[in-house]
Amino acid sequence: MAVQTASPDALNLTDTKRETRTLWGDTWLRFRRHKLAMLGSVIFLLLILGTAFGPFFYTVDPKYADTTFVILNGAGPSEEHILGTDDIGRDTLARNIHGGRISLAVGIVAMLVSITLGTMIGLLSGFFPALDNPLMRFTDMMLAIPQIPLLLVISMLFRDTMRRTFGVELGTFLLIVLVIGVLAWMPTARVVRGAVLSVKEKEFVEAATSVGSKRGKIMGRHILPNVLSPIIVSATLGVATAIITESALSFLGLGFPPDVPTWGTLVVEGQGYLDIQPWLSVIPGVLISLAVLSINFMGDGLRDALDPRTRK
Amino acid sequence: MTQYILRRLLTMIPTLLLISFVLFGILELAPGDPTGALPETIRPEVRQQIREAMGLDDPFLFKYGKWLRQFFICEPILLVEQSWDTNFAFDNSFCKTRLASWSSRGVPVFDMISERFPQTMWVVGTAYLLAILIAVPLGVLSAAKQYSWFDQVGTFFSIVGYSLPTFFTGILLIIIFSVKLPEYLDLDQPIFPSIYNTTLKVTDWNSFVKQVRQMAMPVAVLALFQAAALARYTRSSMLDNLPLDYVRTVRAKGFKESYVILSHVLRNSLIPVVTLIALGVPAIFGGAIITEQIFKVNGLGQLLILSIQVNDIPVVQTLIFTFAVLVVFFNFITDIAYGFLDPRIRYE
Repeated sequence: MAVQTASPDALNLTDTKRETRTLWGDTWLRFRRHKLAMLGSVIFLLLILGTAFGPFFYTVDPKYADTTFVILNGAGPSEEHILGTDDIGRDTLARNIHGGRISLAVGIVAMLVSITLGTMIGLLSGFFPALDNPLMRFTDMMLAIPQIPLLLVISMLFRDTMRRTFGVELGTFLLIVLVIGVLAWMPTARVVRGAVLSVKEKEFVEAATSVGSKRGKIMGRHILPNVLSPIIVSATLGVATAIITESALSFLGLGFPPDVPTWGTLVVEGQGYLDIQPWLSVIPGVLISLAVLSINFMGDGLRDALDPRTRK
Repeated sequence: MTQYILRRLLTMIPTLLLISFVLFGILELAPGDPTGALPETIRPEVRQQIREAMGLDDPFLFKYGKWLRQFFICEPILLVEQSWDTNFAFDNSFCKTRLASWSSRGVPVFDMISERFPQTMWVVGTAYLLAILIAVPLGVLSAAKQYSWFDQVGTFFSIVGYSLPTFFTGILLIIIFSVKLPEYLDLDQPIFPSIYNTTLKVTDWNSFVKQVRQMAMPVAVLALFQAAALARYTRSSMLDNLPLDYVRTVRAKGFKESYVILSHVLRNSLIPVVTLIALGVPAIFGGAIITEQIFKVNGLGQLLILSIQVNDIPVVQTLIFTFAVLVVFFNFITDIAYGFLDPRIRYE
């Protein structure tokens, strides 16, 4: 009897998508299933695009004090200034967009600093048992120091020196980024240390050692790629913390100088007009909250997508 | 258990010493001269005498030692002596002078701190307690009825709650309760005042109610933030414990579900939650600083901001170290609670 071979069309083999088998493809598929996480990513992307390219569309100068529109004369949203102006006539929307650039930039760069520090310390701590105890004691001590008071103090101490060396804006930017980064690396270090400790026992590390790889090479080529998942989750959530910390610093008056708009500064400047023009504080506050919210959703989704326990 | 407590006490001491050393060191680098604000007409020799009187040119370790002595020995003695009405410590030469603030000429630092201490502790303490009381039941219920509408709504509100920065929530509350609501209800005094009346003394029921009303908003702001984080954490900790075998065993014995969850799962889930509570104490002091700025509460946070702005180093040093001491102390308390919750820890 002749063997009947089914044609590929009959079995519907041609329109079956091949399931991705790479780690990142898999992660992306699982991330996509989280509606909140996707929403968060879209919002965050919109915020970044808006603040980066906004000034090309809305060309009002944020630093120009247009005294014909001063608040006490009842200056609200108008045709020339879409969201109105602040108390000396600077356009609100333009200040929010430019403020967003600075706040988001500080958040991302501060996160990079804290991730680098945290990963380095976590790697060293997990890989070299001799360094583990002192480094972890040091981490615990840093965690016990209340963060905001120390931030304020260091900011106060080194603000003038940094401004003299690097110029006002760049100096303050570097100072804030360094200060936030240096005080936020602890959770990343702990997480990385835990991951390194578990990866260190795997066979491929043993194989690499037996072939004669140097320790630095093992750390860089074998361990580090395998601990990337918690680092990425930590990084995402770190941006959120950095944005909030920068806003809090600006709110307390110890961040950027008063004429540089950041979302935190805008909130504090609007505080005096809460009864007549509440949107001066509410709009930057909502923007900060949106940024942080979207990042938290993204981070949640990433954490679930990368969690090995829920993988099939 | 007592051994465990003693061991924890002993590790507190080197931690505090190290923190104080680092703090003192950082602040010694502070640029800025307290005698710079004095009039130009003072002769240089007199200026030098003033500097020596304030102890500005002493070697670093000497200043550090003096400050340590002041903080750990003299001031506690003074606190005790105030109730006995003696003056033993300051009559002999051991504790001759008290540490004074540079900006408020001559006012002892510790007086300033003890004046403002109750306000901060009331707000922070109430907020944290409230946060725990809200968050833990919320988390337990969310986990027990996972994926129900209660869970979804609760999770959403928790994420929103800890994403909103505290200063923004504070400002929103001020707009709603102190501006818009009195407008709609036509009141001349808001129900929850947004400015703290620092002279209010609680002597009878009326003043107590007033105190509660003016504390309501700062406490709400702080509690919301902490409760959101704690609720999520409690929920995930409970979810980690619910599928475990011993839970199945208890259920199989025929107990009610509420007994299973409250008597067995909860106690084990509380362990990481207690850790988070301990880790949250520095954060709540930071949040208190911001809240005191917004609502003008005359607490330690406001003092910190004021002294930083005028470069008043002794106050700043002592204040930050006070915060650190409080943090370490609360860590110690939670370690003890840890020992009660998890018997394995006691024998470490």
